[in-house]
Amino acid sequence: MNLLKKDNFQRDVFLGLLVWFMLIIFYYILPDPGIHDIIQKVFILGLFAMSLNILIGYLGLIAFGHAAFFASGAYTLGLFLQSDFVLNLAGFSIPVAIVLAVLVSSILATLIGVICIRLKDIYFSFLTLAFQMLIYSIILALVNITGGDQGLMGGFPKPPFLGIDLGKPFDFYAFTIFISIITIVLLRQLIESPFGYGLRMIRDNSERPAALGFNNQKHKLIAFIIAGSIAGLAGSLQALLDVGAYPEWAFWSKSAEPLFMILLGGMHSFLGPLMGALIFEILNDFVTANTRYYGLVLGLVILCFVLGLKKGLLDWLLIKLNRK
Amino acid sequence: MEIFALFDCIISPACLLSQATGGLKIGMLLFLVASGLTLVFGVLGVINFAHGALYMLGAYFSWQVMTLTGHFGLSVILGSLGVGIFGLLFERTLISRIYNAELLVQILLCYSVVLILDDLVMIIWGDEFLSSVGVPEVFQVPPLFIFDAIIPPFHLAIIGMSFIVGIILWFIMTKTRFGRLVRAAAVNPKMLEALGININFIRAGVFMLGSFLAGLGGALAASVGSVVSGMGNSIIIESFIVTVIGGMGSISGAFLASLIIGMARSFGAVAMPLFTDGLMFLIMVLVLVIRPQGLMGNKKK
Repeated sequence: MNLLKKDNFQRDVFLGLLVWFMLIIFYYILPDPGIHDIIQKVFILGLFAMSLNILIGYLGLIAFGHAAFFASGAYTLGLFLQSDFVLNLAGFSIPVAIVLAVLVSSILATLIGVICIRLKDIYFSFLTLAFQMLIYSIILALVNITGGDQGLMGGFPKPPFLGIDLGKPFDFYAFTIFISIITIVLLRQLIESPFGYGLRMIRDNSERPAALGFNNQKHKLIAFIIAGSIAGLAGSLQALLDVGAYPEWAFWSKSAEPLFMILLGGMHSFLGPLMGALIFEILNDFVTANTRYYGLVLGLVILCFVLGLKKGLLDWLLIKLNRK
Repeated sequence: MEIFALFDCIISPACLLSQATGGLKIGMLLFLVASGLTLVFGVLGVINFAHGALYMLGAYFSWQVMTLTGHFGLSVILGSLGVGIFGLLFERTLISRIYNAELLVQILLCYSVVLILDDLVMIIWGDEFLSSVGVPEVFQVPPLFIFDAIIPPFHLAIIGMSFIVGIILWFIMTKTRFGRLVRAAAVNPKMLEALGININFIRAGVFMLGSFLAGLGGALAASVGSVVSGMGNSIIIESFIVTVIGGMGSISGAFLASLIIGMARSFGAVAMPLFTDGLMFLIMVLVLVIRPQGLMGNKKK
């Protein structure tokens, strides 16, 4: 199985680094902590939404329990950064904790994925939902380890590594966006690889690839594991940002958030969910500053997209541009 | 895990009986709500994520009627009828647009309505907890003592009422012309249309009935607990569990599954108080893995 596509890789890396540089310049041009906060959150939530879109947009599987992996990444990172074992790795605690968070999320995604991919349509959605809520219940029950409904207790240290101190706002901003962009560039390779086209083929007609001797289940499982791992990465970055982890991150409504972003931005364009995260965050920031009734406004916006535009903003823009 | 506590409870008639009644009460209230959800799914093919919000509306409506009139029976009837009418409007304006839409569109549309309703009730009734409507005077009597088990008579009334509603529902679905049309609409709506039946009428009626059931559940819940925005967000998940375990679209399955979940919650609270919810999800996972179509569902639609 060919997971990486060679062409355009260098172009994507170049573009990614360019965006990173521009955002860093932007940091100094506009020294407003509020805006910096929005930008880094857009990347974290964008990673979360893009990882879910591997399943929804490219595979046509409506996973409704994706926050399970977001939460597992967050809790794993937090718990490892509280443990002496990781903290003793002076200078490498955070990279090791992030890698472990992604690893644990990928193992969890393997275990859940093996069972879930056997089901289709609504049954798949319900099983992912059930697993997520099971994990939510486990987090609440293991009070001694997870802090139960209060969230991870006592916070955790963020020891500097390679001269990067995530306690400083700029370091965190640059680091989070860098990690996110690298992941997005790699994800782009995956989506444009033969493997990625295999996923689209399964989505459009699952019997044909099977008849051609294509292993549908194996493709679905790998996609599920990759999606879970990236969600775990996003969760670990969120935990670093908030210096904590909360059980609500494993609740079903957290799984609805990336769905909104996918809807707002568009599921058929690669960067659609990232754009959706941008719309979601700006909306969030703007509305909560002006009214307490955030749900009302968000609900009306979603209603307009579902019934009016019928597709995400980026999808819509790309169709408009292609027509001209 | 306190498995010994469970064992102690099962061998003591007092504990066994009071837990079983408690489980029956939880299960029967859940059945009211979940039967509406499964009915709507079975006939319309829509996963009504807003069903919990309708339940919440039922609680608010009946609270309002109770505050105005002070009559319990009236508050339950008007509260649930009000939700039925609301459901009718909801179906005509929004749900009817998404009958053939993708699953994702259905989920998002319904969820946006949940977000809107959760905030609207806060705007209308404020964001404080409203204290419960209260048990009607007839039932404000000392609890019954059967084998030393303490059983509030009102719980028995709720169980009895839900039972009667279940029987009426069964009667409507199997013995009346409307019920036959509804079941036919679930299997082959096009054929029904060709025979000159107004399918929109059937769909609107079913959605109204489903909303009425959610409202009834909410109205009864308002008499035993407080009323608050977002109170539908846990009942909707429990209703999903019941729907999945029983078999999607099967009302008798929903009845069986409600009993299972009610008992699991009641006895689970004794055996593993911190993991009662987890137990429900574990059952849901097991059913989906072993028998995805549910206990009473058909293998292939």
